[in-house]
Amino acid sequence: MKNEMTLTFDSLSENEGFARVAVAAFVTQLNPTLEEVADIKTAVSEAVTNAIIHAYPGEVHTVVVRTRLDGETVELWVMDEGVGIEDVKKAMEPLYTSRPELERSGMGFMFMEAFMDQVEVLSKPLEGTTVYMKKKIQKGVTEQEA
Amino acid sequence: MDMLERKGVRLVVYLPMELDHHYTEEIRREVDQVIREEPICELEFDFSRTIFMDSAGIGMLLGRYKIMKALDGRLLMTHMREQIKRILKLSGILNYIPLEQEEEVV
Repeated sequence: MKNEMTLTFDSLSENEGFARVAVAAFVTQLNPTLEEVADIKTAVSEAVTNAIIHAYPGEVHTVVVRTRLDGETVELWVMDEGVGIEDVKKAMEPLYTSRPELERSGMGFMFMEAFMDQVEVLSKPLEGTTVYMKKKIQKGVTEQEA
Repeated sequence: MDMLERKGVRLVVYLPMELDHHYTEEIRREVDQVIREEPICELEFDFSRTIFMDSAGIGMLLGRYKIMKALDGRLLMTHMREQIKRILKLSGILNYIPLEQEEEVV
């Protein structure tokens, strides 16, 4: 089965919960376990929060979350057209944060990498950032029911 | 239910259902104000309502841990569900705030 959906919303912190819940609801079509749903929610929350906090300093613009289901695979793109990341490698280092004054833990990418099978970051200064994530849903409930 | 409750020298914080960046801002502001103004030695974060937490929650907990340590006080975390414990374990925060303190009585 292939299915795809796209969310477009303002970069407001109120939308962090909306984005992860919407993606989680869409992914339930693949019959994921509760743990898999929790993993995806956390990963989406981290990527979306990063976009909201860092992409548009002092301004509100658009964040796009695209979700694609293909077979047992979930693919996610969290995209902004904000300031971009100068040094992606550094940004992904555990405990690194560009905003220590906000008490950011620097664990966002670590969580994304722990909960998803693959995490890629594409970013260009002043053009924006795309976080791509992929996870395979283990077949469990579906096969037994079939 | 109110978010904050004073029990003597202990301040209990009843965390929301979803502990993300949006909610941590408000918690931080309210908790820090009480800690500054009142003689609080123990800060308890009660997770009984919480079903979701991400790294923003970890940042908020670590920040409060540092404040309590500077005050010679301590921090407790109680009533966590498995999903929350999973995030706490992964973050490494349990090296500082052990789970054993979980159900400790005053």
